[in-house]
Amino acid sequence: MFRYYLKLGVLSIRANPALSALMVAAIAIGIGACMSIVTVRHVMSGNPVAHKNDVLFHVQLDNWNPDSPYEEPNEPPEQMTYLDATALHQAGRAFRQTISFKSDRVVQPDGDDARPFQEEVRATTSDFFAMFDVPFQYGGGWDAAADQTEERVVVLSSEMNERLFGGEDSVGRMMTMNKEPYRVAGVLAEWMPMPKYYDLNNNPYEGPEDIYAPFSLAVTGQWGSAGNNSCWKPLDGGTFEDYLASECIWMQMWVELSDASERSTYLQFLDDYVEQQKALGRFPRDLNNRLSTPAEWMVNREVVDDEVNVLLSLAVLFLLVCLLNTIGLLLAKVMRRTSDISLRRALGASKSALFAQYIVEAGMIGVAGGLAGIGMTWLGLRGLENVFSEYDFIAYLMKMDWSMVMLAVALAIVSALGAALYPTWRACSVSPATTLRIQ
Amino acid sequence: MEIGPIWRAMLKNKAGFVLIALQIAVTMTIMVNAFAIMQERSNKAGRESGLDEANTFAFASALFADYEYEQRQALIDADLALLRGLPGVRNAVASNSFPLRQGGWSQGLQLQPGNAGTDAVGTAIYFVDEHGADTFAATIIDGKNFAPNQVSWKVEDDNTWPAYGIMTEALAKEMFPDETGSVVGKIVYIDENDPVNIIGVIDRLQAPWQGWSGVERSLLVPQRRTSEFQRYIVRTEPGYRDELMPQVEELLSKSNTDRIIRDMTTMDQVRKLAYLGDTAMVKILSFVVILLTIITGLGIVGLASFNVSRRTRQIGIRRALGATKPAIVRYFMVENFIVSSIGLVAGGILSIALNIAMVEAFALEPLAWYVIPLAMIALWIVGQAAVAGPAKRASNITPAIATRSI
Repeated sequence: MFRYYLKLGVLSIRANPALSALMVAAIAIGIGACMSIVTVRHVMSGNPVAHKNDVLFHVQLDNWNPDSPYEEPNEPPEQMTYLDATALHQAGRAFRQTISFKSDRVVQPDGDDARPFQEEVRATTSDFFAMFDVPFQYGGGWDAAADQTEERVVVLSSEMNERLFGGEDSVGRMMTMNKEPYRVAGVLAEWMPMPKYYDLNNNPYEGPEDIYAPFSLAVTGQWGSAGNNSCWKPLDGGTFEDYLASECIWMQMWVELSDASERSTYLQFLDDYVEQQKALGRFPRDLNNRLSTPAEWMVNREVVDDEVNVLLSLAVLFLLVCLLNTIGLLLAKVMRRTSDISLRRALGASKSALFAQYIVEAGMIGVAGGLAGIGMTWLGLRGLENVFSEYDFIAYLMKMDWSMVMLAVALAIVSALGAALYPTWRACSVSPATTLRIQ
Repeated sequence: MEIGPIWRAMLKNKAGFVLIALQIAVTMTIMVNAFAIMQERSNKAGRESGLDEANTFAFASALFADYEYEQRQALIDADLALLRGLPGVRNAVASNSFPLRQGGWSQGLQLQPGNAGTDAVGTAIYFVDEHGADTFAATIIDGKNFAPNQVSWKVEDDNTWPAYGIMTEALAKEMFPDETGSVVGKIVYIDENDPVNIIGVIDRLQAPWQGWSGVERSLLVPQRRTSEFQRYIVRTEPGYRDELMPQVEELLSKSNTDRIIRDMTTMDQVRKLAYLGDTAMVKILSFVVILLTIITGLGIVGLASFNVSRRTRQIGIRRALGATKPAIVRYFMVENFIVSSIGLVAGGILSIALNIAMVEAFALEPLAWYVIPLAMIALWIVGQAAVAGPAKRASNITPAIATRSI
């Protein structure tokens, strides 16, 4: 019977090609508009470390101005001072702990013709790679000892390795930054966490840095921060040491706990640390320390732009218009066939048979709309990519994965069936033979 | 007019008309709100930065060798002398940032020294020498520019601020809202305790962050800084920009190989990047509105065609009974006008409701009242245009149809 209904559906669709095309197009465009925005939002709000979400925590301490919070309402600062970051790292109370900041260095490739270029370098501690599951192609990170000994090592991204060493296994080779030599300890495999959850300052979508160097080395070398820096209190003097000793915030700290249940224990440790600092005259505000999972942290930092939410609400309304359009057209189609239906009812067709027939027909339009909708979504994403082409990270945001493709088809079928319900019900409620009499 | 019979005929097929009215209502809701956002964004992207944008470019010099303080001073002096001496260059300055760059230095200014808590007025800081105002194309509307002896090099390990400053008019208004006379000669405090004498006021120079509510507030500070990373801003005579840029890059790269010249960019590019989100939003929404209008228009055409073919016999009977062709056309036009009007009234209410919700949720600006009648007129026209074709076809139905049975 189903095959017969399919055949009837095809016949009916072919009887009104322009109209059927309009319905399919309306669904496809509605789905396309909706799914392009949903896809962008999906990537933007993705959690690249979802598998570790219950054991990774971003650490915040409230060392801010006693008279005004860092952000209303009473948000602790989003970054940490050098004093606290190093003290907490030194204490080593978590399973793994990472402190880091972003800096700029000038890379000087070998060869007389090669022009030096400036690169962002992440100054971090040895746990960074294991903690964030950073994949390696060659070698590995530096060991914990290098965090203290200021060993001159670096880890390169595969892109940087390609640029400096032509992509070969460069572990043990030397490179130059700011006229100083560094030994390559490891080369990363492709790694593009979207968003860059471990440091959401500046731009969360620009992708990770291409060079990693030991934190201790960066501090002794007096590398400045290339990220955000905020101070609430004048510095005691103008030297780098004064800056390190200040209440200025410029580093990010993350911890990995061995178990999610450790969260309260670690928070207690933070509170004890701050109490101890209070005794030394620091931390003038009330206790306000915080641990956030990557997911919590991304919501707190609002990585999904309001812009996307505005577009999403308009896109949903857009889909609604497309569906109203389809309902209207399906209804008109049914109304024109009232005499047909009436005749079939008079000849003994049951309501459920009619219902099945018309819902199959609508389902076919829905599937066609869904498939075309995937194409439309792809077009929509290319359009968005084009409009934002000045952003060099944009291609990473405009990627459809299988879950989005499935969602597009599901949304199209649900939409089409939803749209078909009322017209189909109207068709079923045509009483037998009434319209025959009029004719 | 035969509104009475048309209305009663419509009541026989309520569902179809309710659907089309709803579609028009939601279309209008999207249209109005999209238009309100587009208007806000294009106004924002159209604001002036204060710079002579067409004739200004900027670049950075990053030093990567260990230079002594004096060596760094000498390099900056040499760079500026070279730049200012080039034919076609009107003026040049080394500063920490420039408008629309999206990164810079902000500081609180207060009227009284000491820890004033939240009373400080935030402002962007531009460290410049006496060439700053002219390079930034700022007109001094009160007081005067820095004298060369008021400009000083930042002494390492000394965090005190220079004693002079030039502020934008917007900053002056924010700090001294009740002052009707001149603010020149007044003192404000920076970094809690350092006094700054206001010696001049400039008309306009935006802060580097275009999204900040205080974007018009800037302070020129007569201090030169010797950091390894320097930003140079160059204002050229009209028409010289494009030939000077490669020339400058070449000259400076060669003049000292312990540094790299990077981020060479015109102010046009900087503006494009700074407002990319806003201009993109305008493009996306215009596309959405156009697409939506087409879909709704086609929907009306489809429904009207259906109605025409469903009523072929009735139309034939009317024609046979003496209705003229224009009378048939008018029937469909009036019918569409009634449905549109109902939809548009509902759309007006929905538009305002959605706008209130969006203003609440996303801190958008409320829409201007005239957008609503404008959208209504536009959609009325779309409706009438869409129904015109099927109506014309209806009027071509011959009266003889009435004599046939289907």
